[in-house]
Amino acid sequence: MPESVTVFVNDRAVTVPVGATVAVAVMISEGVCRTSVSGEPRAPLCGMGTCFECRVEINEVSHLRSCQILCEPQMKIRVRG
Amino acid sequence: MDNTVHLRFEIVVIGGGPAGIAAAVAASQSGNSVALIDDNPRLGGQIWRGGASPSQPSVATHWFNQLENTKVRHIGGARVIHADGGFLEAETGREIFAIRHNKLILATGARELFLPFPGWTLPNVMGAGGLQALVKSGLPIKGKRVVVAGTGPLLLAVAAYLIDRGAKVVCICEQASSSSLAAFAFQVLMFPGKIVDAVSLLYKCRALKHLTNCWVVAAIGKNSLESVTISENGRTREIPCDYFAYGYHLVPNTELAQMLGCQLREGFVQTDEFQRTSQPGIYCAGEPTGIGGMELSVIEGSIAGHAAANSGDVAQKLFPARARYRKLAEAMKKAFRLRPELATLAKPDTLLCRCEDIPFERVRTCESWKAAKLHSRCGMGPCQGRICGAAAHFLFGWNIESTRPPVFPARCASLAAISSSVEVQPSHGGSQ
Repeated sequence: MPESVTVFVNDRAVTVPVGATVAVAVMISEGVCRTSVSGEPRAPLCGMGTCFECRVEINEVSHLRSCQILCEPQMKIRVRG
Repeated sequence: MDNTVHLRFEIVVIGGGPAGIAAAVAASQSGNSVALIDDNPRLGGQIWRGGASPSQPSVATHWFNQLENTKVRHIGGARVIHADGGFLEAETGREIFAIRHNKLILATGARELFLPFPGWTLPNVMGAGGLQALVKSGLPIKGKRVVVAGTGPLLLAVAAYLIDRGAKVVCICEQASSSSLAAFAFQVLMFPGKIVDAVSLLYKCRALKHLTNCWVVAAIGKNSLESVTISENGRTREIPCDYFAYGYHLVPNTELAQMLGCQLREGFVQTDEFQRTSQPGIYCAGEPTGIGGMELSVIEGSIAGHAAANSGDVAQKLFPARARYRKLAEAMKKAFRLRPELATLAKPDTLLCRCEDIPFERVRTCESWKAAKLHSRCGMGPCQGRICGAAAHFLFGWNIESTRPPVFPARCASLAAISSSVEVQPSHGGSQ
């Protein structure tokens, strides 16, 4: 079984350990998950699915909480910078 | 495309942390069909996050093994968006689960209380448990400078965990006084099991600066965190850091219980000695009934599970243990009471609602939580007030009770499935 998995964050390949959440891949690569309604950069706050700060687009589905979703091979993650 | 899965179980447990796992194990012992539904992709809740693995503490491994030996159906990565009289609906990334049940056990856990202060919206300012959760989920922390702040024993546990994984924990800022801490330490001495935990935590944190009467007043950085300003015994100073992890106690997740009409008392779900809520057939265990930690959650979960499975006599044997841990929880609540200065940190332009970017000044003149929502859109974003509502309760003393379906933001297809599910006859899913 492979020990790492590669996903794409804004088209850039990011390799993380198997079992890592999408939030981790985003934090390693972009460091930011979304831009707030007044234009502030935001990243995870609660880490457990309640604050919605870690929302990203995954495989063309938007507004997904990246801290609650595990990385899968070839996942395409988009972060609005 | 209809991707709705219809299932039926005798007992459904919501929440896969210590309380939920213990409840599912107990409930299944009488041969009942049991489902365990959890928002996280893997079991364990926050404290045992990530499921069974060699790095888990032995008590977690014990419960994961117990669960493994049952026929409990685990539905992971599924958040419950609707529950109503023997029917609930949960959505995953791909499917919608429409589940009928005779009994329901709520083990929905707690979240951290975040109080707003200037700079709290900067990336890398996180919950104490939040940073720990991210590190458990794979975030590299080796060599990173971390300031841990807030209140309670959780701070020590988080610091010890981060140190173990190579972080440079610069200091722990505890808002309580050293005399409060000493009084709490004395209470811990009454719990032999807890002494071992405490000594091991203190040993791991031995080289750490543990500051009391101390809290963070500002986070500074351009696009990401660069430093925090702390107030210690009335004097302020700046500390450079890569991450700031803070937590001011836990807030019970009572939204589902409220939606189901369960009575609350002082913000917690009211239960009787068998963990029964005010609604027939609905039980509640763990943090939503009162913040008490993992051991108490396991005991309450077991009681709820046995009671739901009509094994009240087995449940009864656990009453004395529950009483002991509730006493410890009471001592903890007293020792780590939040100081009023923490309600004065936000400046007029500090955001209170992070979803809608509503500043403190637009909310503080409102009369109530409802008025704040109507006038400013505070609490109207995707977190549905889970973060700012809890903060507003502490800052303004407002009663925050306004749960309405869906209990989490949901896809249109999931909402449509709620009404159509009422007419569908579900198949029996318990033996799968």
